Amino acid sequence: MTTEELNNLTADLVIDARGTACPGPLLAAKKAIGEIESGEIMEILSADEGTKHDIPRWCDKIGHEYLGFTDLDSYTRLFLKKA
Amino acid sequence: MANEIEQQVEELGKKIKLLQKNQQKDQISIIAFSGDLDKMLAAMIIATGARAMDTEVKMFFTFWGTAMLRDPKKSGKGKNVISKMFGCMLPKGSTKLKLSKLNLCGMGTTMLKGLMKKKGVPSLEELINIAGELGVEINVCEMSMDLMGFKREEMIDYPNLRYVGVGSYLADADESRIQLFI
Repeated sequence: MTTEELNNLTADLVIDARGTACPGPLLAAKKAIGEIESGEIMEILSADEGTKHDIPRWCDKIGHEYLGFTDLDSYTRLFLKKA
Repeated sequence: MANEIEQQVEELGKKIKLLQKNQQKDQISIIAFSGDLDKMLAAMIIATGARAMDTEVKMFFTFWGTAMLRDPKKSGKGKNVISKMFGCMLPKGSTKLKLSKLNLCGMGTTMLKGLMKKKGVPSLEELINIAGELGVEINVCEMSMDLMGFKREEMIDYPNLRYVGVGSYLADADESRIQLFI
């Protein structure tokens, strides 16, 4: 998805993992995914560089649809759609 | 003609079943041997990360790694002199582990822990808790317990902690796609 499309998305659940470093954001995503329904959108906020690589791979492995990320000043917003 | 095809399909079915049975699982086996803080941290990060990817994790704690599972608040009874000595000389639990490099008489270890806290990296203790919640299986080498004089009652309360021999490790590792010696 383009940055504009991502910015226009309203996530069904936002996980703020900015205070934690690897493996924090990945674990937070895994823990929270159970709280949304299939087809819903989850947004993860992370200040950890590794997360940009971790989340797409995680989505790939589990079967969720990775939608993309947008970079802000001090953190990144990552979006995925639950399988 | 139809009979032949049926037979072939049946045979294929049997072969597939056999292949599936012998296939390696989505599982990682980790031997936690060193007992060094940095190495045990790496092991626990990999273990919890693997669980996040829905991969099964089986850890085997042996030799110096066994010391990480001691609970500083508990003690074992009925130890002989050598066991008591080992008990004193070896770290009593995860908080007492040292770095494998740059320990600098404890300064390096303290500095790393400080850095980790500052950057939001979970501590070893937090990772052990998370591992327990996520279902990381921890097996402890019975022989190491014996050699180092550790008693089961002095180990931490970890869900389903098992005491096993090398055969169990090997059987588990045989099923795992990934094996690590840390």
